[in-house]
Amino acid sequence: MSDHEYTPKSKVGKWFNDRLPLLTLANHLTDYPTPKNLNYWWTFGGILTFCLITQIVTGLVLAMHYIAHADMAFDSVEHIMRDVNYGWLIRYIHANGASMFFLAVYIHIFRSLFYGSYKSPREIIWIIGIIIYLLMMAAAFMGYVLPWGQMSFWGATVITNLFSAIPLVGEGIVTWLWGGYSVDNPTLTRFFTLHYLIPFLILGLVVLHIWALHVPGNNNPVGIDIKKPSKDTVPFHPYIVIKDGFALLMFMIVFAFFVFYTPNILGHADNYIEANPLVTPAHIVPEWYLLPFYAILRSVPDKLLGVVAMLSAILILAALPWLDTSKIRSAVFRPLYKQFYWILVADVLILGYVGAMPAEGLYLLIARVATAYYFLHFLVILPVLGLKEKSLPLPLSITEPILGGSPNLSTAKNRESLKN
Amino acid sequence: MSEKKTNRRDFLFTATYAVGAVGAGAVIWPMIDQMNPDASVKALASTEVDVSSVNPGKTITVLWRGKPVFIRRRTEDEIAEARSVKLEELKHPETDEDRAKNPEWLVMLGVCTHLGCVPLDQKGDYNGWFCPCHGSHYDISGRIRKGPAPTNMEIPEYEFVDANTIKIG
Repeated sequence: MSDHEYTPKSKVGKWFNDRLPLLTLANHLTDYPTPKNLNYWWTFGGILTFCLITQIVTGLVLAMHYIAHADMAFDSVEHIMRDVNYGWLIRYIHANGASMFFLAVYIHIFRSLFYGSYKSPREIIWIIGIIIYLLMMAAAFMGYVLPWGQMSFWGATVITNLFSAIPLVGEGIVTWLWGGYSVDNPTLTRFFTLHYLIPFLILGLVVLHIWALHVPGNNNPVGIDIKKPSKDTVPFHPYIVIKDGFALLMFMIVFAFFVFYTPNILGHADNYIEANPLVTPAHIVPEWYLLPFYAILRSVPDKLLGVVAMLSAILILAALPWLDTSKIRSAVFRPLYKQFYWILVADVLILGYVGAMPAEGLYLLIARVATAYYFLHFLVILPVLGLKEKSLPLPLSITEPILGGSPNLSTAKNRESLKN
Repeated sequence: MSEKKTNRRDFLFTATYAVGAVGAGAVIWPMIDQMNPDASVKALASTEVDVSSVNPGKTITVLWRGKPVFIRRRTEDEIAEARSVKLEELKHPETDEDRAKNPEWLVMLGVCTHLGCVPLDQKGDYNGWFCPCHGSHYDISGRIRKGPAPTNMEIPEYEFVDANTIKIG
């Protein structure tokens, strides 16, 4: 883990460190060599850690006032909003915090896609990241059920019913998940338990994610390996700490805007109606961050295949390091990939938009085309592109494009100024 | 395998793994099964409904095992329409005679077989029900005609206790 020996200065520190090398770990984290060309897209790891801690702390506080019972959950949430001191603030931070968490994680994921951060030797970091993303979706979905409003109830019904698509055992699994014959009190109490558990699982995986990151070190916008020891890196503290801190402040301004000015804009008005098992809201939609996958689910006219397509759309990401056959990491040096990258971004945004619209007519047609393209991108375009594409020459070091002498100086420089 | 003789130690290992696996299973199963419907949930197995106030062409919705059940008193036209459909036109072929023993009364789970939403009454392209969640159209017999739902809406076990009372479950 450490590339150099470290000895604490004080005697007590040395005594402690010999028994539990926490100070060695702290030293590794502060001195950790970081590519000096990292741009602001690299600050989202820190922002995501902040989001996770925020959700855990506010969630803990909410759990002190919330009652996980079908008859009382809805009222206890209103009690938090009206009676509990600063309850409104804490709940709005938690509810909008989920959206902010996903906003940050999507930027983080698309950063990896652009700069090829998932490629060798960082496949394990990437796969752990995908598992974290899946757990985030599970936590967000179950958290949304807890207020026991109409969207909570019907969202829970629709999502748990996805499992009924499994041949033979599907119905049994759904009954087992519900603890009854419909979404009801047993479902609510177990969702509360799991919603409480998952953030701590994520925390554990984040430790593994960072550990795996610290083995090869960060990727960087140029996407070439840094040469150690060299002038290509800066120590994590204070350089990256300050940069991350500044980005976090900017992020918190956006966060605070939602919490204080439009705390309900990302939610659904229907969720302020208590759950009613006899009436389905006219238009059920998940939260915005799940919409692209929801669009994929609805674009397939067969139940089982729709569920398979939706799950594949997420799981296909785990195979990405092997589907992308190009050895070049950064899209800066892949002129064709760069265009397909932006088409994919547009494709996912379109899927998100049609996911929020009724599944009929033109919307359905667009959703089908966009779904087909999504899979085409990963299963056909990426493998073929890596073999056919003529990439631009790579600089010899990450310092070279800045100091000059690189054959593709202008490309690298222009791209960098754009990115920054 | 043949040249290597099974000795006493191999036997002990295999026996230990086997007992260990049985023990682990015996501990894990209660942890899994506790999530299945409990005795109090199972106890709510049947519901009796008085249908004397339902006029022809009207549907009432009652709750049975936490799920809505549609009870529709169908008009003569609706029965004729439901019974005239050819089986070849259906995604999930079932005759209306099988679904509604007493043609005047259609009793079925008001749960879309796609993902469990409650379909809306007298909507959709087939004059029956329409599920707003993902656009499944059902006919006046509750059979799936268009959309992602794989099967017809389910018919629960029910019986007429007397002329005006239906017992579901």
